[in-house]
Amino acid sequence: MRVKSPLEVYRFLPQINCAECGETTCMAFAARLIDRSKKLEDCPPLLKDEFKSKYLELARLLAPEIREIVIGTGEHAKKVGGDDVLYRHQLTFFNPPLLAYDVEDTLDDKALVERVKKIHDFKKFYVGRFLKLNGVAVRAISGDRTKFAAAVKKVAETTPLPIILCSLDPAILRAGVEAVKDRKPLIYAANETNWKEVAALALEFNLPVVLFSENLDTLKSLAVSFAEMGIKEIVLDPGTYPAGKKLRESFQRFLNLRRAGIKEGQKDVALPLMAVPMTAWFVENDPVNASYWETVLASVFIVRYADIMILHSLEPYALLPELHLRDTIYTDPRTPVKVNPGVFEVGAPTKDSPVIVTTNFALTYYTVESDLSSNKVNCYLAAVDTDGIGVEAAVAGGQLTAAKIKDTFSKAGFDFKEKTSHSTLIIPGLAARLQGDAEDATGLKVKVGPPDSGRIPGWLEKNWPPK
Amino acid sequence: MAAKKIKLSELGEMFKGLDVEALEGVKIEGDIEIDLGGAGLSPQVAQALGHETTQIAAHLINIARILGYPADKVLGIGGAPGIPAQAGRPVLRELIPAKFQANRFEDWKSQIQEVTIGATSADGGTRKSTVTLGGERALPFYPDAPMPHRPHITMDVFDMPIGMAKAVKSHYEDIINSPAEWAKKVVRDFGADMVTIHLISTDPNIKNTSARDAAKTVEDVLQAVDVPIVIGGSGNPEKDPEVLEAAAKAAAGERCLLASASLNLDYARIAKAANEFNHVVLSWTQLEINAQKELNRKLMKQCNVKRENIVMDPTTAALGYGLDYAYTNMERIRLAGLTGDQELSFPMSSGTTNAWGAREAWMTSSPIKEDSDWGAREYRGPIWEIVTGLTLALAGNDLFMMMHPGAVAVLREITQTLFGSIESEAIDISGWTARGIKP
Ligand code: B12
Ligand code: SF4
Repeated sequence: MRVKSPLEVYRFLPQINCAECGETTCMAFAARLIDRSKKLEDCPPLLKDEFKSKYLELARLLAPEIREIVIGTGEHAKKVGGDDVLYRHQLTFFNPPLLAYDVEDTLDDKALVERVKKIHDFKKFYVGRFLKLNGVAVRAISGDRTKFAAAVKKVAETTPLPIILCSLDPAILRAGVEAVKDRKPLIYAANETNWKEVAALALEFNLPVVLFSENLDTLKSLAVSFAEMGIKEIVLDPGTYPAGKKLRESFQRFLNLRRAGIKEGQKDVALPLMAVPMTAWFVENDPVNASYWETVLASVFIVRYADIMILHSLEPYALLPELHLRDTIYTDPRTPVKVNPGVFEVGAPTKDSPVIVTTNFALTYYTVESDLSSNKVNCYLAAVDTDGIGVEAAVAGGQLTAAKIKDTFSKAGFDFKEKTSHSTLIIPGLAARLQGDAEDATGLKVKVGPPDSGRIPGWLEKNWPPK
Repeated sequence: MAAKKIKLSELGEMFKGLDVEALEGVKIEGDIEIDLGGAGLSPQVAQALGHETTQIAAHLINIARILGYPADKVLGIGGAPGIPAQAGRPVLRELIPAKFQANRFEDWKSQIQEVTIGATSADGGTRKSTVTLGGERALPFYPDAPMPHRPHITMDVFDMPIGMAKAVKSHYEDIINSPAEWAKKVVRDFGADMVTIHLISTDPNIKNTSARDAAKTVEDVLQAVDVPIVIGGSGNPEKDPEVLEAAAKAAAGERCLLASASLNLDYARIAKAANEFNHVVLSWTQLEINAQKELNRKLMKQCNVKRENIVMDPTTAALGYGLDYAYTNMERIRLAGLTGDQELSFPMSSGTTNAWGAREAWMTSSPIKEDSDWGAREYRGPIWEIVTGLTLALAGNDLFMMMHPGAVAVLREITQTLFGSIESEAIDISGWTARGIKP
């Protein structure tokens, strides 16, 4: 982004404070553009003809440093790239890396479909949503065009996820492209030898393409040449070595490319980057070691600047940390993630159902809520307004108190006499020290649950209904 | 909208002032108009304005080519068949040459303090080896400046049996009742650089063992191993000062790391014990950069702890349970240290073992029915510890307090690889697209 302050942006806005954008003033809207929580298109007056030149100029000024490109179509289409900063605290990172898992074109139909479904279906609940994998990379092991095309076609039939076509043989790539051209696959890859044919393919079908070279002069030369030919959707793969000094050099190439792109504004290389942690499988023979090492490589490049990755292991012990780390690095550090406070129903509570207290930190709330609902516990769940702080920190910091608990129920109009037969509250194990105070403040019976909400169902079996 | 036309002579005018040496020898004669289509300057040309020499030249040559100007002949570029031209797009016969250069553009101003833990007989201790942390002049593993010391690992030893995840416990069952044997095992079998003895039995809510007992345990551990050690209290703010004082005295001259001084206990007592018996202080705060500054300042100004005797623990939260806070907190602290903040330019330590608190590390299966199968938990725990540690290693952490031997081995391998001390056989990655993996 070329502009830093709302004032610079304001100059280009209509300045009529009509509030159609949902902000009260154009200046407020300018601030939203700077923090990237609103888009130019949210200001209808700006889209009128008279403002065209200002609109275009602003679009240029606001464009992210790293080009944003799209792979795939429909609701599963994924944007990659689009970052403006080197460190997440400086703003936030945008567009979490696309994690694609490989499929070999030599698999028989059954095995292929099974693997693709596994990729498509894997999910892990976290903070109110599911963490998921988001791409399939088809690799041309067979060396056979027809076989590759058939495998690609089968993959496309099995999943709507974005597809990456992997081969260095342009004829094979072409066969793959023809099989799924309407799905906007990503082509992997053009290199020093095949670039003319691959460029022709990308141009003919208007597809995004990866350029590969571990020599950064060559990589830049490819990027400049492809840009010159009119190809805009470009991803750079500077090579991911799985071990030794070469891995260190790979890491440093990612750093230098991204720093050149963001800090120096070197537009030719300000492009999304691809890492290939699956090269781990070429140095580790044992599948557990290989999965571990692949996850390690993935972690390094999630933290330092990869926008797309190709991986192999579908072991849950590899996928869970990969998905969580991606989420860790890409959550917006500016907003404490919280839910609205209040008293909510989980399942279909009756007068005999438990009433459970937790905080409004999203991680806490959703963890508790899903532990309860997925175990079919019917109950009332109260989210106390702790400013989005978890149980233990909120007890330590004074945001979770007996008075706050009482407040939550009275604000929600929750009358224990009318709604329950037991006048009992359950508080988190980590908030045990509030028990006495809470009894005094609310006049209710207060029971202390287990420290981890995953244990509530088991705990209820022994402790509910209250004696 | 009318297509904007510019003349080649104007192009020359636009590039004036840039150092376009590579254009020498190309003389553009006549005034040919180039159709740039659309409004304003085409992005290519606009971009080219900001480019380096070779590229501007290449660009001009291409423009010249489109116009039929015999640039190839002038420059002696070969006439290999190119790809079919797109409408209005140049035919490229050769790649446009380019040089990539990333400048050393970050504003690293100051060096992280070097801190040595452990003392050999030459320095009044009895350790065979010492560990030096810090000294960085850039973020870890960056090419900008050599990183003088690799990250190190200290393994946890407890002064009484404690609850542990099953995957961890299986490695320690044989020695769980003897801190000395436990310490020997982690050094001998698991290659720990250092040992952390946690004196948790001193907690009044646990066993309330005395400070004298604790001092004895520390002596036993110092006898058992010859690597530097970390001395950890129980975390009880009332009891820790007394326990750490006694332990510091028992380990006089050994330059142990005393864990920890924090704002919620009498840090001055711990600082004083460190000064008096030649130890290093671990300055521990809870995920708050300003609190970290404040405590470091107090240790230096109020308690006269020397810079070379401070290591920081800004708190480690597990992957999925606040690692985002821990990561960014550490990265900000390290960036501040490297860019001149003298109150934050100390090496950092992480309680990486905290990763085992994440339910993904220890629960048999997901409590959430809709989740995909979590698989065997014995493989989930160690990788949780590894990824938590590795993420912080990239943020700038220098010392890792860890538990699982497998996690220790992998974290060591990756941090030393990025550090540059691990060789590997030559492998060819370029053909990964076509290389099968055995199922
Ligand atoms: C992330 C974190 C922070 C973040 C908080 C982010 C946030 N939005 O909450 C920040 C950086 C802001 C923070 C600040 C502080 N923190 Co803090 N923080 C942590 C950390 C690392 C993780 C906490 C977490 O997110 N856990 C995950 C969530 C999901 O857990 P949870 O809310 O407890 O919910 C679980 C259970 O409680 C239970 N549960 C929840 N509801 C219910 C309901 C029922 C009925 C039942 C039965 C169970 C149940 O199940 C849930 C899932 O397991 C912990 C250390 C650690 N590794 O645990 C320290 C920790 C909680 N923090 C601590 C402290 C002291 C603080 C500060 C006071 C530090 C300071 N001096 O400034 C401040 C207070 C800030 C405030 N209150 O305003 C201490 C608390 C010590 C104590 N026991 O008193 C801890 C334990 C660190 C430590 N070892 O010292 N912290
Ligand atoms: S919609 Fe546009 S013109 Fe209206 S207030 Fe928002 S920014 Fe200003």
